[in-house]
Amino acid sequence: MNMMVAMLGWVDDRFPLTKLWNEHLAEYYTPKNFNFWYYFGSLALLVLVIQIVSGIFLTIHYKPDAALAFGSVEYIMRDVEWGWFIRYMHSTGASAFFIVVYLHMFRGLMYGSYRKPRELIWIFGVFIYLALMAEGFFGYLLPWGQMSYWGAQVIINLFAAVPFGIGEPLSEWIRGDFVISDATLNRFFAFHVIAVPLVLIMLVAAHIIALHEVGSGNPDGIEIKKNKGPDGIPLDGIPFHPYYTVKDIMGVVVFLIGFFAVVFFAPTMFGYFIEVPNFEPANALKTPDHIAPVWYYTPFYAMLRAVPPMFASQFPGVIVMGGAIVVLFFLPWIDQSPVKSIRYKDVRTKLALATFAISFVVLGYFGVVSASPVKTMLAQCGTIIYFGYFLYMPFYSRTEIKATMFRAPLVALYSLITLVIIANWWSGAVSYEIKALLTVITLAYTAYFLILPAYVIPAVVKPVPERVTK
Amino acid sequence: MKKKLITCLLFCLPIFAHASSGVHLEKADINLENKGSLRSGAKLFVNYCLSCHSASYMRYNRMAKDLGLSDEQVEQNMMFIANFDKLEQGQAKKIGELMTVALRKKDGEKYFDIAVPDLTVLARARGADYLYTYLTTFYLDEKRPFGVNNTTFGNVGMPHVLWELEGQKNLVGHDEDGKPKFKYVTKGKLSETEYKAAMTDLVNFMVYMGEPIKLERQRIGIFVMFFLVIFFVIAYLLKKEYWKDVH
Repeated sequence: MNMMVAMLGWVDDRFPLTKLWNEHLAEYYTPKNFNFWYYFGSLALLVLVIQIVSGIFLTIHYKPDAALAFGSVEYIMRDVEWGWFIRYMHSTGASAFFIVVYLHMFRGLMYGSYRKPRELIWIFGVFIYLALMAEGFFGYLLPWGQMSYWGAQVIINLFAAVPFGIGEPLSEWIRGDFVISDATLNRFFAFHVIAVPLVLIMLVAAHIIALHEVGSGNPDGIEIKKNKGPDGIPLDGIPFHPYYTVKDIMGVVVFLIGFFAVVFFAPTMFGYFIEVPNFEPANALKTPDHIAPVWYYTPFYAMLRAVPPMFASQFPGVIVMGGAIVVLFFLPWIDQSPVKSIRYKDVRTKLALATFAISFVVLGYFGVVSASPVKTMLAQCGTIIYFGYFLYMPFYSRTEIKATMFRAPLVALYSLITLVIIANWWSGAVSYEIKALLTVITLAYTAYFLILPAYVIPAVVKPVPERVTK
Repeated sequence: MKKKLITCLLFCLPIFAHASSGVHLEKADINLENKGSLRSGAKLFVNYCLSCHSASYMRYNRMAKDLGLSDEQVEQNMMFIANFDKLEQGQAKKIGELMTVALRKKDGEKYFDIAVPDLTVLARARGADYLYTYLTTFYLDEKRPFGVNNTTFGNVGMPHVLWELEGQKNLVGHDEDGKPKFKYVTKGKLSETEYKAAMTDLVNFMVYMGEPIKLERQRIGIFVMFFLVIFFVIAYLLKKEYWKDVH
């Protein structure tokens, strides 16, 4: 025992081991009122570890070569001991990562985790999300199946849509060739196994360091550091370790039950986690009947398809799709509510979040299925609501009336675009009921979340208690 | 309409996104646990398919092991493919080798106008029902180079290699469900029922070959679930014990 203490002392003199342990675990005081939604941060970390470890084993056997890649994946599935298990963990892990991260982000939206002083945590988080999307995209090409190939084709063509003669050279630069080829596969392998993971790990570190600097939020949106006891410890805080380590272990086990249920009983998840056409090797001469990205990109893909080509270019769609993610960065500053948590916000904010979540899921659905005029209209309606959640937030979250709506040029422009889209619906050959229904939904949405709060009824928030509640 | 719309909004994700293909598909009544069916499917596969199609991610000895056959049985009865690369040295294929095929890719393209696909994971790409329906819907068609066409895969490049077993039939129309109706012109070695059973075996084997680990993975999965449920009880009690003093 003395030997151990001595060794620890020796290390501590040279490296702040005990200090790190205390600051981040044993003496990191965490609000005691975390609920269900607060499991997903640690679960995201767990999935990151699963992906890195299973990824290392996959790289041992995988061959990043257009002639060998598909076969090497099947080699892993058949000839490598437990190779199927490693591969299914990795493919399921990719989808699990997005499920966990989407729920983690939704938690942030609900409880105002992005609000001051946690703006940087949120921004690092959005960068993590972006890195994750890039990681998934590069990784999806590697099995070199039909959907790998054609999915990558679709995404790279988005870059080709950039105007002013930039697009074509840009997409060529990404591919390293005039078409998706061995060169593309080889560089995507490099991005997938080293470049993006490095960025991802550094961002995760920054995310956690920033979090531990300001302290965790909680479902009440109260700063626990404002109520400290005589010993300087927050009255509503408990040490992360052991309290939340044992609680998170419980969460991990529940997560693993779901995760391994997929790995062992439905590894392709009915074509959602591993798409069926990916069991055919990439074939540049044969386009699949229906190209759909993996489910976690489909809300954005639906937005892309919802925007009609303008000036013979897909670029406006690309802008909208990019804007859907860029808008997340501004969230800490567009929320004008005096309270953080949904618990104390007014019913309008709750409805705004609910409609936003529904629109995201609905868009996800429309990104999976093949397009039709009705589906395009519905996707446009979903896109309006998606952006409305952010652009109207300064109005519906505010507790006093400030009729600055038409002095905010972006919001004025957005309302105008909404009207143009509605007018466009009425020129289409879709049935009268659908047109009327969507028009009513869209106009009601705009009236309720923009006009009404800006001119008539401001948000009425509930008083926030001094101390955290159960 | 409104109701439809609301239903559509509520049930956002359909369970089977890739189910519809427009062609009427027969249900393939396969059973991966049925080793007899798998063996008879394997026999058909090496006799009829493995002359042009490869199964180049599958090994003979893996098949032997999983189907309950000895290496000798497979070597003597199922390995007809000479190892062309090593033929000069007078060697045949070895039991641990992949089920590749002697037909060169370039020649295949010349004979059939299209590259002959590898069949190892085809069942995972197309599904058992598709393969079963495909194998039972060949019909005589003078206009096609090999004299046969297929209602499931229109203008298919593949000849009806199993015609000796099935016999030959003409397409006489479709019923209301879009299901094709055939009339037999010549008799094959097997009756219609026997042929369909044989095709079920063949498809069963191809599904097995698509993912040889499937049954094993499900078996292991049950233990994993069992372990995790027990682990959860322990984790729950541990959490409860620690959190007793949090008020």
